[in-house]
Amino acid sequence: MCGIVGLFCKTETHRHELGRLTEVMLAEMGDRGPDSAGFAVYDAGVPGRTRITVLAEGLKVDWGPVAAALEATLGAEVTVAAVHDHAVFSTDGDGRSARQWIIDNVAGATVLAQGNKIEMFKAVGYPDLVAERYDLASRTGTHALAHTRMATESAVTTNGSHPFSTGSDTCLVHNGSLSNHNRLRRQLAGHGESFQTENDSEVAAGYLAWRMRSGDSISEALEGALGDLDGFYTFAIGVADGFAILRDPIACKPAVVAETDHWVAMSSEYRAIARLPGALDAEVWEPEPARIYTWSLAA
Amino acid sequence: MSAAVRTFDLAESARRKLNQALHEAADGESFEVINPRGAHAVACGITADIDVVVRGSVGYYGAGMHQRGRVLIEGNASTGLAENIMSGEVRITGNATMSAGATGCGGLLVVGGNAGARCGISMKGVDIVVGGNVGHMSAFMAQAGNLVICGDAAADLGDSIYEAQIFVRGEVESLGADCVEKEMRPEHVETVAGLLAAAGEAAHGADPGDFRRYGSARRLYNFTIDDVDAAQAAGRAAGGDRR
Repeated sequence: MCGIVGLFCKTETHRHELGRLTEVMLAEMGDRGPDSAGFAVYDAGVPGRTRITVLAEGLKVDWGPVAAALEATLGAEVTVAAVHDHAVFSTDGDGRSARQWIIDNVAGATVLAQGNKIEMFKAVGYPDLVAERYDLASRTGTHALAHTRMATESAVTTNGSHPFSTGSDTCLVHNGSLSNHNRLRRQLAGHGESFQTENDSEVAAGYLAWRMRSGDSISEALEGALGDLDGFYTFAIGVADGFAILRDPIACKPAVVAETDHWVAMSSEYRAIARLPGALDAEVWEPEPARIYTWSLAA
Repeated sequence: MSAAVRTFDLAESARRKLNQALHEAADGESFEVINPRGAHAVACGITADIDVVVRGSVGYYGAGMHQRGRVLIEGNASTGLAENIMSGEVRITGNATMSAGATGCGGLLVVGGNAGARCGISMKGVDIVVGGNVGHMSAFMAQAGNLVICGDAAADLGDSIYEAQIFVRGEVESLGADCVEKEMRPEHVETVAGLLAAAGEAAHGADPGDFRRYGSARRLYNFTIDDVDAAQAAGRAAGGDRR
C-alpha cells in the first residue's frame, strides 16, 4: 500500500507548526505501511547556501574531517551538523558538485537531498518513531512531504524509504510501483543522473530532476512523466517554491486533496487530513487521473 | 424510530464497539455517529432494520456489506462505499471516491455529490443514483441493477457490461467495450422516475425524460474463441484498445 502525505502552507499562519502537523498526518497513515518512513521539509533557507542531507546508517563517521576535505575540494566554506545517523552539510559552494563528492568519497553513505531549502530524513521503523528520532515536530517551513512504506519493489532498507531526491530542492514520494524503471534508470544514467539505490521511485525522482535540469517546469516534467513512466503511481512532488500531485491514468492508488485559505494538504486517505486545523471547512476533492496539479508560493 | 437515538463518538470510543452495537441492534433502533474523521469500516455489516446517521466523512468500506437498515452519511466517503450492499439504503450527502457500490446485490445507494472511478463495478442488482458525475470505468462488468447518473460519465462507461442498465443525463466521455446506447422506452423512463423519486433531494429535481440509456451489445459476454475478431473490433470501436 504505502501512505503519502504532503502539506503546503500558502500563508504564514501554520508555517511555525508545519513539522508538527506533518507528523500528525504521517502517524495517521502508519498502518498503510509500517516498515519504514521518511520526510522532507522545505524552509526559507539562507540565500546562496546549499544544504546536503547525508545518511550514514550503521557507519561511524567523524564528520569534521569530511567537511574539511569537502571544503578543500569545493574551495568554499562547509559546515556540518550530525543528527543521529544523518548529517546536514551547509556550503556556499556548488551543491551538485558537493553531492557527487560525498557520494564518491564517503563509503557507505547516501546523499538524501541537496538544495537551498530542503532537508530530508528517513529510517526503517514505524513512522511515529522515525518522526520522533529526527524531531519532525519542531521543524518549521513552507511545505513538507512524508511517506510511510510497505515495500514491494525493493527491500525494506533505509535506502528504499521515501522521499527520493536526486535534483536540487526536488523530491518525490510515491504510492505504487513502476514497471519500466530498470530501462529508464540506464537511460537517465546516460544523461548524467546518478542513482544510489535499486528502488523504482528513485528513478521517477531522477526523471523529474533530469527534465527540470534540462529547463522544464515541474508541470512540463510531469507531462513528460505521463508518457515515459509505466506503472501505478500517485506522486506528491516538492520543489523549492511549490508542490505538485500526479496520478497515473488508471488511478488505482488513492489520493485526496483538501484546500483552505491557508494550506493545501494531500494524502492517501482523508483521515490524515481530518486532523488538520480547519479541515472541516476545507474544500475536499479527489485528484483526477493523469491530471497535473501544482501550487506555487509565487502565485 | 421508537427508542431513543444512541450516539457513538468515534473520537472517544472504538469503531469496533460501534459496529458491534449495530450488529446486536434490534429492528427499529436508531444510532448517531459523530467524529468519524475518515475512519474505515464505519457502520459495516448491518443486518437489522435500523437507522444510522453518520455526521462527517468516512474512510474505506463505509456502510459495507449492508442489509435492510438505512445509513445516512453526512460527508464524503473513501473507497468501497456500500460495497456488496444486499438490501436497504445507503445515502451520502457528499462525494464518494473509488468503487462506490461495488458488487452490490440489491438495495439502494444514493450519492449526493460525485462518485469516483469504477462506481458500480461488478454490480449485481443494486440500484445506484449519483447526483453528480461518475469517474472512469464506472459500471465495469456490471451484471444487474440500475446506475442512474444525473451528471456526466468519464471514460469507458460500462466496459464489458452484462445486463445492468445505465442512465445518464449529462455527457458520456466514452463508452467501454461492448457498451452501447439503447432506446429509452416508456418503461425505462418509469424506472428512472422511480429511482429519482427514491433518491429525493440528491437528484436535484432531474427530469427522467432527460436521461439516455446504455447497456450491453451482448457481443462479448458469451465469448467463444471464434468471435475473437469481432470482440477485438468491438473493443476498438469502443476505444477499449487504448490501454
